[in-house]
Amino acid sequence: MSRRSSHLVSSPEAIAVAGPSVDGEARVEIRVHRGPVDRAYRLVARLAASATLALMALIGAFLLARALPALRAAKWHFLTEQSWTPDSGRFGISAVLLGTVLIAIIALVIAVPLSIGAALFITEYAPRGLRRPITSLVDLLAAVPSLIYGLWGLFFLQPRLIKVSRWLTDHASIVPFFRTKSTNYASTTFIAGVVVALMIVPICTAVMREVFSQAPPGEKEGALALGGTRWGMVRTVVLPFGRGGIVGGSMLGLGRALGETIAVSLIISPLFVRSTHVLEGGGNSISALIALRFSESNTFGISALMAAGLVLFVMTLVVNAFASVIVSRSRSGAATEI
Amino acid sequence: MATTPTVFRLDDASDAPEARVRLRRFHPDDLTATCGAGVSAFCAVWLVYERFTPLSGGLGFWLSWYVVFLALYWLIVRGRDGRMAATDRLATVVLTTAGLGLLVPLVLIVGYTVYKGWTALRPAFFVKDLRYTGSLSKATDGGGLHAIVGTLEQVGLAVLISVPLGVTTAVFLNEVGGRLARPVRLIVDTMSAIPSIVAGLFIYAVIVLTLGQNGFAGALALAVLMLPTVTRTAEVVLRLVPGGLREASLALGASEWRTVHDVVLPTSRSGLVTAVILGVARAIGETAPLLLTIGGAFVVNANPFHGKQDALPYFVYRLIKFPQTAQVQRAWTGALVLLALVLVLFVAARIVGGRKPGSAGILRRQRRHDRRERS
Amino acid sequence: MSVTIGAREVPPPSLDGQRPPSRLIAEGVSAWFGTHKVLDRVSLVMEPGRVTALIGPSGCGKSTFLRILNRMHELIPGASLAGTIELDGVDIYRGTRSPTDTRRRVGMVFQKPNPFPAMSVADNVVSGLKLSGVKVQSRADRRDVVEHSLQRAGLWNEVRNRLTDPGGALSGGQQQRLCIARALAVEPQVLLMDEPCSALDPTSTRRIEDTIAEISKEVTVVIVTHNMQQAQRVSHDCAFFLAGENQPGYIVESGPTDTLFSSPDDSRTLDYVRGRFG
Repeated sequence: MSRRSSHLVSSPEAIAVAGPSVDGEARVEIRVHRGPVDRAYRLVARLAASATLALMALIGAFLLARALPALRAAKWHFLTEQSWTPDSGRFGISAVLLGTVLIAIIALVIAVPLSIGAALFITEYAPRGLRRPITSLVDLLAAVPSLIYGLWGLFFLQPRLIKVSRWLTDHASIVPFFRTKSTNYASTTFIAGVVVALMIVPICTAVMREVFSQAPPGEKEGALALGGTRWGMVRTVVLPFGRGGIVGGSMLGLGRALGETIAVSLIISPLFVRSTHVLEGGGNSISALIALRFSESNTFGISALMAAGLVLFVMTLVVNAFASVIVSRSRSGAATEI
Repeated sequence: MATTPTVFRLDDASDAPEARVRLRRFHPDDLTATCGAGVSAFCAVWLVYERFTPLSGGLGFWLSWYVVFLALYWLIVRGRDGRMAATDRLATVVLTTAGLGLLVPLVLIVGYTVYKGWTALRPAFFVKDLRYTGSLSKATDGGGLHAIVGTLEQVGLAVLISVPLGVTTAVFLNEVGGRLARPVRLIVDTMSAIPSIVAGLFIYAVIVLTLGQNGFAGALALAVLMLPTVTRTAEVVLRLVPGGLREASLALGASEWRTVHDVVLPTSRSGLVTAVILGVARAIGETAPLLLTIGGAFVVNANPFHGKQDALPYFVYRLIKFPQTAQVQRAWTGALVLLALVLVLFVAARIVGGRKPGSAGILRRQRRHDRRERS
Repeated sequence: MSVTIGAREVPPPSLDGQRPPSRLIAEGVSAWFGTHKVLDRVSLVMEPGRVTALIGPSGCGKSTFLRILNRMHELIPGASLAGTIELDGVDIYRGTRSPTDTRRRVGMVFQKPNPFPAMSVADNVVSGLKLSGVKVQSRADRRDVVEHSLQRAGLWNEVRNRLTDPGGALSGGQQQRLCIARALAVEPQVLLMDEPCSALDPTSTRRIEDTIAEISKEVTVVIVTHNMQQAQRVSHDCAFFLAGENQPGYIVESGPTDTLFSSPDDSRTLDYVRGRFG
């Protein structure tokens, strides 16, 4: 390879070196010799990545370390105790955890069908010209800060949903979820769930839309050529193909719903009781717990909050990991990024 | 039965304009069916609605109307065209409702925020802070300058920390690689799942407890949240740059650094800028990490490294809980400003991402190429 | 034979009896994609119970013409057409039949086999029935339909013990025959085939040609092929398409295959079948 003397252009040179022989044939080892500029660039890149790695690992380790004192003190009661009074030694996440999960479930029940419908509409039913505008508008929903969602939920939606809650309690109390002990229909898990549902719809829709749009056109044509209607084609080809995306998108939404702090803390009035009466005032969530209690906590209290936060972190992590595995393993997700 | 061989010559064919087949997507029958079902449903529900306990006047009525309309529509189409066509039409209506129905919350949320925040919005909001206002002041007294300054400084610092680090990490992951890449990628993916409140809690424990609350702590908390997102998005953008470009550059004798600096980064520039803008839009609206770290203030504090600072989301979150209507009103004004800021950034990201000739063209061509390959 | 419900005709769901093959008449058919014209006043009679082959160099609009015959052309955004297509005397575009109706009567097999990969072989065969709204009454009926269709497609012996395997697990030739079985299960009157063997090995090709010969008595077949020897082997009638550069396609000559290949009227036809261009 000819040497270039210009200092501006110093390409990596490949130098052939006699290497160890394998199977009797002498192999040539190729060592890449890089110029100083390249070496510097690679070093900087490596340093940055290492810094990111170290930083993030440090955060995780720190959280764990700080959470340990509380966990050691509470042991298994951490998972079973309902009340939260670290100072007296009685604290546990069973109530907050249940509350977090309930809000997330309500949000999913509302958001997933809506997202599937919207994603199908965008990919299969909307006129071509309308596709990008509608997609942009759905993305806009995702850009709205959760604080605004929380305010809107508290001031606009809650008064209207209270009537719905009352109707459900009066007419649908066969379902145990809809029963209430009191007549306080405000600050409920249900209302928080509805608001969070609207927040996660854009995320779910984006993933599902991405996946549905990759349904194989050959199969879609085949279904139509057999005399199928558009809905028949969607049911036979697009939905089975998009199964991975539906589950993955829902999991991603679930992760988001679990970690939602501000909107929830604005709406609920925290109760440290394990309760499935979602239409009743009360409710709780781990993130709201941290947000509302941190200022009045001493070191041990902070440690307890860290432990709770760690649990939330692990849950979100597991859900997100599950989501990307499902999407990448499925037929639909091979090219999709989560 | 054999047909005699026919020969058509193009020139002697008549030049009469050909009448194209009108492929109507919507039969006039469809319109009558839809309207008929709609009106009948309306009448039916109106007559019967009084019997049931009303859900809530308007909402319940229109919900019942919708359900009855769907049922009637299905029956009408089934009678006319059979079950398959009826189910197909029903699916079309339901899915269209779902798709367009998403726009309703958007309009409601934006509209309501504008409606509530508009009345007290004055230019003074952007130049005054709350140092002279008390619990009896009007909503239009004072302003949110301290919050705006705080937000700008905190987000600015967060961007300064997370973007260079994140983009360089993405360059490492995509261009350099190696054994380090796997753990880095794993950690970045892990950390992108961190709930925002936990990030705030971390900074609280590490920095605030020793150094007190200040704007910089808030910036750090935001950076912790932004770093994984920026890295992942930047990596995706870099990956979209076609490998052929890199190979061409190397084949011309350019060094790896030159290739990255002169080919890869410029090509992905608009994608990276879009990612940064979107990251900023998200960071601006983040409230949870700020709750624990910045402390909040009523006067302008231009020094993020010393003393408590305010920020727009914190401003809103705190004031909305006050009992005085004036304070609540002020909070809504702040919310409107926040929303407007986010929307402006969103639109800016769309413009940058969609119009730039260089990389946007390449990305679009690549996508078209992929689509053609697939079909 | 079909029931008139309201203003539209709905064919009766039937499992018991193949409808007689139909005559398909195309007259003055032109096609556009947007403003770009791709077919110019094509007229052709496709006789019942016979195989008509559409031959000619690529890009002459043969596939487009085929898709007009079962109303798949209009699914492409911006596509339009002129002229008439009559199926047993009924205009498929201006008559009272819906597009899905027409596609039930005029089936299609595509160039690239497209079975539904997640469904089993048996489910694939009956998927057409499910899609077109025909209710299969009993398990026994379902088994009969599966066996009958797979036999007609020449695939029964190979998959009789693999009926529950996913459709995507079969080889290329088997998949294409599965698609043929799936199309036949709906009992169409016409079967359109768009270069069905171009992606397959010679053995599968031969099997499919045998299938075409067998079903042609009951189903009118229109096949697009680039392979002239295949056209000679398989078809009774032939139509030769041609198009100038950036010009719409048209039929140069059509008639019985023997005549077209041995003593065509037009010199261009002679050149093409002799392999002088293509």
